[in-house]
Amino acid sequence: MKKEKTMKLSLPTEELMGSGHLACQGCAATLAMRYVLKALGQKTALCIPACCWSVIDGPFPHSSLGVPIFHCAFETAASSASGLKAGLEMVGDMETTVVAWAGDGGTFDIGIQALSGAAERNDDIIYICYDNEAYMNTGIQRSSATPYGAWTTTTPVKHFKNRPKKDIDAIMAAHRIPYQATANTSYPEDLFKKAKKAKEIKGTRFLHIYTPCPTGWKSRPEDTVKLGRMAVQNCIFPLYEVENGEKYTLNIKPREKKPVNDYFRLQGRFRHLKEEHLKFIQAEVDHSWERLLKLAEPK
Amino acid sequence: MKPKKKVEKIVFQSEKDVPLMPMSLGSMLYNKTGSWRNIRPEIDLAGCIQCGICWKFCPDISIEIENEFPVVNYDYCKGCGICAEECPTKCIAMVEERK
Ligand SMILES: Cc1ncc(C[n+]2csc(CCOP(=O)(O)OP(=O)(O)O)c2C)c(N)n1
Ligand code: SF4
Ligand code: SF4
Ligand SMILES: [Mg+2]
Repeated sequence: MKKEKTMKLSLPTEELMGSGHLACQGCAATLAMRYVLKALGQKTALCIPACCWSVIDGPFPHSSLGVPIFHCAFETAASSASGLKAGLEMVGDMETTVVAWAGDGGTFDIGIQALSGAAERNDDIIYICYDNEAYMNTGIQRSSATPYGAWTTTTPVKHFKNRPKKDIDAIMAAHRIPYQATANTSYPEDLFKKAKKAKEIKGTRFLHIYTPCPTGWKSRPEDTVKLGRMAVQNCIFPLYEVENGEKYTLNIKPREKKPVNDYFRLQGRFRHLKEEHLKFIQAEVDHSWERLLKLAEPK
Repeated sequence: MKPKKKVEKIVFQSEKDVPLMPMSLGSMLYNKTGSWRNIRPEIDLAGCIQCGICWKFCPDISIEIENEFPVVNYDYCKGCGICAEECPTKCIAMVEERK
């Protein structure tokens, strides 16, 4: 093979996140942070409620991030960020990007009223939810982001979760916020672009990032990136943007929509599922996908 | 990454040393997560096409770029295997850690 002279890098090389952090091997939540900070840059402040990331960052007085973090209570990601933004404005700092960075539990469940409040007021913050589909930090309990069929410690195999994942993106769209998007750590360039775009918009912005978790999903750490890619290719987690709650843009339309089976086979949390369950899941996925295609149709 | 903050572990000798405002004073670089590893990635540069995919997907920022080629930083690499799995030419092998 002919050697090129330089590395072809699709992302900037500046890192605001450092090594030595405490995430499990193959954790995608760390990739999400790494890419987001590359996009938002040094003038960023984070509010992080209780979640894996409050551990990953490291014990006081150490931190693996090169930006300030405010560790806040579990239900307060959005309200802390709203307050921090207001405080910064009062001292004349109009530049700093204020980010609420929470897990799915902290967003879909306990943090939803603070998030809804901030979105309704259109507070000038970016709310980022990294979604590993359960309460991982406390030992894999179900959340309303856990998908149908999944095992967790509170939905054991015999009583696996029999409700679908809550559609948080539809809830946010109903708030008519200026910008929201879904993203995925297996598509870093797309994620980077969306974070950059969010930074330039005023008002409440919402990013929902899909982040595989080998520990909670009982998947192999090396499959983290593969799983993320599969979830987009089989339309379980489509990548799209919504502006003002109305204008839907589909970012990736798989050339050939893959069946969900392979994705489920790679994760221990779904090992108990039978053919009939997978059929049911496939039908649900097809249904949501059709709905999204309609929403994203050019009007 | 050139560390901006302290690399060594910070230990307070007495309560008086603890800052009033709880803010981070040092990085996590003192925490050599390489000891978590059972298997290690070894890059065969002869097969490397300099695509940067291993660098991009490393959750531990343990692939550095030196002289336009990827180099694993074994001080921090946790051995997750993502780099080997994602390398398009399969020139990264995961081999048993020699302890
Ligand atoms: C009011 C309150 N209830 C419960 C907890 C315990 N707790 C800490 S983190 C966590 C789960 C967080 O889950 P999620 O937001 O999905 O983040 P993840 O750990 O999965 O990254 C819980 C229940 C808490 N800290 N505060
Ligand atoms: S439990 Fe999951 S999300 Fe939390 S640090 Fe480990 S891999 Fe990451
Ligand atoms: S094995 Fe994992 S931690 Fe180690 S260099 Fe490869 S991607 Fe990074
Ligand atoms: Mg979670």
